[in-house]
Amino acid sequence: MVHHDTLTGAEILLKALVDQGVEVIFGYPGGAVLPIYDELFKQNRLRHVLVRHEQAAVHAAEGYARSTGKVGCVLVTSGPGATNAVTGLADALCDSVPLVCLTGQVPTHLIGNDAFQEADITGITRPCTKHNYLVKDVNDLAKTVHEAFHVARSGRPGPVLVDLPKDVVQAKGEYQPPSKVKSKYKPQVKGDLKAIEKAVEMIAHAKRPIFYVGGGVVNSGPAACQLMTQFVRMTGYPCTLTLMGLGAIPGSDPLFLGMLGMHGTVEANMAMHDCDLMINIGARFDDRVTGKLDGFSPKSKKIHVDIDPSSINKNVAVDLPIVGDCAHVLEDMIKVWKAKQCRVDEKALKAWWAKIDQWRATNCLSFENSNKIIKPQYAVQRLYELTRHRNPYFCTEVGQHQMWAAQHLKFDLPHHWLTSGGLGTMGYGLPSAMGVQMAHPEALVINIAGEASIQMNIQEMATLVQHRLPVKIVILNNQYLGMVRQWQELIHGGRYSESHMIHHPDFVKLADAFGAVGLRAEKPGEVDEAIKEMIAVDRPVILELRTDASENVFPMIMPGMAHNEMVLGPEDKGRDKPGSEQDGMVLV
Amino acid sequence: MQVTNAIQEVNRHTIAVLVDNESGVLARVIGLFSGRGYNIESLTVAEVDAGEKLSRITIVTSGTAMIIEQIKNQLRRLVPVHKVHDLTIEGPHVSRELALVKVVGTGDKRVESLRIADIFRARAIDSTNESFVFEVVGATDKVDAFIKLMEPLGLTDVSRTGVVAIARGPNPI
Repeated sequence: MVHHDTLTGAEILLKALVDQGVEVIFGYPGGAVLPIYDELFKQNRLRHVLVRHEQAAVHAAEGYARSTGKVGCVLVTSGPGATNAVTGLADALCDSVPLVCLTGQVPTHLIGNDAFQEADITGITRPCTKHNYLVKDVNDLAKTVHEAFHVARSGRPGPVLVDLPKDVVQAKGEYQPPSKVKSKYKPQVKGDLKAIEKAVEMIAHAKRPIFYVGGGVVNSGPAACQLMTQFVRMTGYPCTLTLMGLGAIPGSDPLFLGMLGMHGTVEANMAMHDCDLMINIGARFDDRVTGKLDGFSPKSKKIHVDIDPSSINKNVAVDLPIVGDCAHVLEDMIKVWKAKQCRVDEKALKAWWAKIDQWRATNCLSFENSNKIIKPQYAVQRLYELTRHRNPYFCTEVGQHQMWAAQHLKFDLPHHWLTSGGLGTMGYGLPSAMGVQMAHPEALVINIAGEASIQMNIQEMATLVQHRLPVKIVILNNQYLGMVRQWQELIHGGRYSESHMIHHPDFVKLADAFGAVGLRAEKPGEVDEAIKEMIAVDRPVILELRTDASENVFPMIMPGMAHNEMVLGPEDKGRDKPGSEQDGMVLV
Repeated sequence: MQVTNAIQEVNRHTIAVLVDNESGVLARVIGLFSGRGYNIESLTVAEVDAGEKLSRITIVTSGTAMIIEQIKNQLRRLVPVHKVHDLTIEGPHVSRELALVKVVGTGDKRVESLRIADIFRARAIDSTNESFVFEVVGATDKVDAFIKLMEPLGLTDVSRTGVVAIARGPNPI
């Protein structure tokens, strides 16, 4: 008789996680997952980070995944544990972050019975996960977990949820190793070679080309980023990056025009508007990028490389779509380019750069500095200059500080910039920094925050201290929900409805209460010293910088406007122009 | 950007989708349509391959060419979806719908309903002294026409299956 080892569901689960290369789990225990936590207690292959709120567990796993390229892993209990994780899952779906979220569930015989801490979490998360599973038989458990990891990391990455009823993890069953599991899910990674040849031909013949590169290249991995940089440099064409794409090519490269979109640079947005060929690699024509659709790059032919066919022709009709993984397609493009000995049109390119240099000369990210009050842009610039030698990882929350960080930090390496782009989740930064620091214990990890966003997951300070994660948090405190205030000033007649938080905690004392270090700077002259002190400390730090409350993020494409209709600053009259009101065509 | 009328034209498409027959798959498909604001004019589903555990969903939807392309690509993104075929553009296909139609009446109206049923090759599958239940099969507009004609003759209840469709010729999807 063949003897098969039978294991409990919890043992099977942990064995599957180890076989999938999981090293760290971010989680929070509860009734339905107690058998799993009991198994965790008995082993030491998997480390567990005990967060203070389940949303933070998911963002931490996102930080871990995005800074390593591995699949992040989350373990939470049923009911409220699982529903608290929903925001994180939606965030990971929007930004294509590979995660596996394991949720406890009430025993199978109680499902549908309104049992204690029961929630229909596969129902709730269906639209905010890439896929989800409810495991009803312990003998399906290993196979399901392996497939979940495969789905999370393959194709366009995303979060996958596996719901685990308590009786299933307690039952005994058989383990199957990953090699025994065949998944039917096989997304296309190689691009169509004919289309790639056509694309190369279009690229070689362009007169006013631009590379518009997004998070798909970063997600595809370091090889894709290297190939992207190589191709941009081979052609000598200008390249702009989306918020999610920052780091895909080095930020210090002269061919890089800066970020594009609502708060992008003049040179990036104008070049997008006036180009004759747009080469979109791994970006998705997001509404924050395109502005008014009928005014979006009206004179260009468009090539679009994306691993997700549903991204193609969704917002903007393109002339040449290529479905495939960015690394594969770029590799083929470079091969074809070399094989055909393509030459760019040097004369046209020179004229195009001359035009771009004129736009660059507007120096659109400049600001009026002050020696009395800390300008937020100045704070970000000093932070960059004083830390760049350590190749720090930067996380952000969401709002004005996020845009200033995107504008003024430069990333020469991919996977060092973590921000919530698609969903725009306030409270993302601190927990994601936690995940980054877990993955890179020796690295300098900085979370740039606003005083409002940081309070959305401030409880994770305790996690940092408990797990000795020396994350540095820089709060640009302007007393307002800054981006809301900016829109109210510019669009809603200066009626600051509920955007002024009159009371804030004393962040220095707060840091102290958590057992971290608190620092504060109130004058521009104090900024450098404070930053140096912060990075010298080998513990979690909150550095509060009191910044100018009235500062706005510029340039700005106002709602309903096109790329060539940017508002450059507070003096620019363009802000009074009415935007298009055509339904569905405007930024909201 | 100049938008031609051809691009903006809304057309009806019949889409065949082969999916794993597992719990939640129909909810994924329907959730996709409601979540993204697409129309469903009809949707039918049943298992078609018990061995492979595959079900076939036939969806009739309408939209501009760009929206229809989106719908198909969004369907293909779902992990349990294996094949998506737009029968409307991929070549000739046949589509059928079945309706059960209850007509209540006596005298001339009752006779007239039987005569019309005969013309439409509808069968009476239930009968009382004052009612019939007709079974009518055909393309959607034929079923529509039958129901319309029954209205003045005592129509009280209708149950329709929605469209099932298949490509003409020897090839499977």
